[in-house]
Amino acid sequence: MASVPAVLQSEWTKIRTVSSTIWTLISAFAVTLAMSAALSALMNATFDDLSEAERLTFDPTFVSFSGLILGQLAMVVFGVLVVGTEYSSGMIRTSLAAVPQRATFLFSKITVAGALALLVGMVTSFLTFFVSQALLGEHRTTLGEENVLRAVFGGGLYMGLIALFSMGVAAMLRSSMLSLGILMPFFFLVSQILSAVPGAKEVARYFPDQAGAKIMQVVPNALDSDEAPYGPWGGLGIMVLWVAASLIGGYLVLKKRDA
Amino acid sequence: MIEAVGLTKRYGAKTAVYDLSFQVRPGAVTGFLGPNGAGKSTTMRMILGLDQPTSGHVTVCGSPYRQLPNAPRQVGALLDAKAVHGGRSARNHLLSLAQLSGIPARRVDEVLGVVGLQEVAKRRSGGFSLGMGQRLGIAAALLGDPQVLLFDEPVNGLDPEGILWVRNLMKQLAAEGRTVFVSSHLMSEMALTADHLIVIGRGQLMADMSVRDFIAHNSAGFARVRTPQGDPGQREKLSAALTGAGGQVLPEQDGALRVTGLALPRISDLAHEADVRLWELSPHQASLEEAYMRMTQGAVDYRSTDDQKEGLQPDQQPGGPAPLPHVPEVPQQGWYAPPPPATSPPGQPASAVTAPEAPADAAASRPPAATDPTQSEDPR
Repeated sequence: MASVPAVLQSEWTKIRTVSSTIWTLISAFAVTLAMSAALSALMNATFDDLSEAERLTFDPTFVSFSGLILGQLAMVVFGVLVVGTEYSSGMIRTSLAAVPQRATFLFSKITVAGALALLVGMVTSFLTFFVSQALLGEHRTTLGEENVLRAVFGGGLYMGLIALFSMGVAAMLRSSMLSLGILMPFFFLVSQILSAVPGAKEVARYFPDQAGAKIMQVVPNALDSDEAPYGPWGGLGIMVLWVAASLIGGYLVLKKRDA
Repeated sequence: MIEAVGLTKRYGAKTAVYDLSFQVRPGAVTGFLGPNGAGKSTTMRMILGLDQPTSGHVTVCGSPYRQLPNAPRQVGALLDAKAVHGGRSARNHLLSLAQLSGIPARRVDEVLGVVGLQEVAKRRSGGFSLGMGQRLGIAAALLGDPQVLLFDEPVNGLDPEGILWVRNLMKQLAAEGRTVFVSSHLMSEMALTADHLIVIGRGQLMADMSVRDFIAHNSAGFARVRTPQGDPGQREKLSAALTGAGGQVLPEQDGALRVTGLALPRISDLAHEADVRLWELSPHQASLEEAYMRMTQGAVDYRSTDDQKEGLQPDQQPGGPAPLPHVPEVPQQGWYAPPPPATSPPGQPASAVTAPEAPADAAASRPPAATDPTQSEDPR
C-alpha cells in the first residue's frame, strides 16, 4: 500500500518538474494583476461618466478583481493539464501501476495541485487588491473596511476552486484537449453571455463561476447589478458543491474505467 | 509468480482475452507470444490491475495486484515506452516513481547508469528516441529491485547492442530467481531469450510449454534429399518411390526434395532399391519461427494482402485488345503443372505428388488481378 505522504511527495515532484505548471500559474497571476490594474485605472479615470445608480453602488473591491475573468482561464489550464497530461502522455498507466489505490492517487494529486493553486490564488488576490486600490485613487477602499478582507480572501479561494473544478472535469473526460475545449468557452463566453441575457441569467447565476464570484463583492448589488438570491458565502457554497460534484465524478470515472 | 485463472476481458462485443489460465514461474524467462491484437497487452494490463477482467482473476505473488503491499517494490513493469510526460526529465520521472515507495534518490542514479542514460538524465524525455524511451521504461521497472518483472515488447526500437543487452538482462534477472515475463511478437528473439513460452492467439491460450517442447510439438522435422543435378529422371523416380512408401514429398526451389513422414534410414533404403544415387540426405528441424507461424496461422487478426493498386494503373486503351483471362503462374520451379485431364490417367504418380494441391492453392490465395508474372513468390 503506497503511503499517502509518499504519494504526496511524488505528486509534488511531478508537478514541480514540468514547465506547464510554472507558466500557467505565472499567467494566472500576471494576467489577473495586469488586467485588474488596467481596469481599475480606467474606472478611476472615467468614474464621472458612470450613471447615478452605478456610482451609488460602486464597489472598489469588486472592481479590483475585474481581471479575474481572464486570469481564471490560466487557472483552468493549470487544473486541466495537471490531470489531463497523465492521460495524454500515457503516464497514467505508469502511475496507477505504481499506486494501485486509485483514490489515493487521484486525491493526492488533487491535494497537491489544489494547495498550489490556492497559494498562488491568495498571493494573486492580495497583490491585485493592493495594486488596484492604489490605482483607484480617491475611490479606493482598505482591508480594514467591513467585508473587504472576506472579499479579498474569497478571491484567492475562488481561484483555487476554479482549478479544482477543472481537475475534476479533466479526470471525468480523461483528455486535456476535450476538457479545455469545453471549459474555456464555457467560462469565457457561455457563462458571461448567459448571465447578461434576461431569463437565462436566472439559471446562469447558479453556474460555478457566477455563484463563486459573489464572494468578491462587498456591495450586494455592485455597479447596479441584480441582487442574487444567495449571499457571498452562499454563492461560494454553490461553487463548492460544483467542485465536489466534479471531483467525485472524476474519481468514479477513474475507479470504474480501465486505465 | 504470476497466476491467471480463467481470465476473460470483453470490450463491448469484442472479446480481447478469453478464458486464459497460465502460471509464470520464478527463475525463468517466460516469453508471451502472439500476433498483433492477440491480447498480450490487455493481459499485461490486467496483471497490473489497470484493466478489470470481465471474469476470472490474476494474482501476483498470491494476491491481486491492487492489494499488494507496496507494489512497486514487488513488481516492476515496462508497459509502454512513451508512457512518460514528455516535459519531465528522465531523472525527475524516475524520482517521482522512487518517492512513491520510499526508494532513495541515489537508486535513481544507479538505474540510470544501468540502462546507460546517465548522459541524458537531465534532458526532457519528450526528445528521446524510441530506444531511449525503452531504456527509461526498463529503468523504471528495475527501480524497486522487484522479484516480478513484466516487459511488454522491450526490444522495440532498440539497436542491436540494446537488443543484446536486454536479452542478457532478462536472463540475468531470471538467473537471480526472479519471475520474468516478456511479451513479444518476435519469435526469433524469444528463441534466444525465453526458457518457457506462453502463446496466445485471438485471446486464447494456444501453448504453454518450454521452448524445446514447443518446437518438438509444433514442427514436424523433415529430411532434405538431393539427387544428382541435371538428371530430373532420377529425381522423379525417387519421389515416386518415396510417395509409394507413404512419405510426403515437396520439391524445393533448388531441386532438392523435402521429405516428411519417412525416417532417414528408410529414405536411404528406398533410394537404394530404386537405384537412385543421393547427393544429400540431411535431417532438419523446423525453426521456432516456423512452429509459431504454423500455430498462429488461424489466429492472425491483421493479415496483409497484395496491393492491387486499383485505379493507379493506366487505363486500358478503349478498343484495344481485351485483357486475357489470367492463368495463375506456377510460382516456382519444381512445381509440376497439373496435367491436362484428358491425357492423364488418374493416380499417375509423378504429377500426383504435388500437383493436386499446390497450384490450386497458389491460385486460390491470390486474386487474379494481382498476379504479376514478374514477381517472385515465396514458397510456402
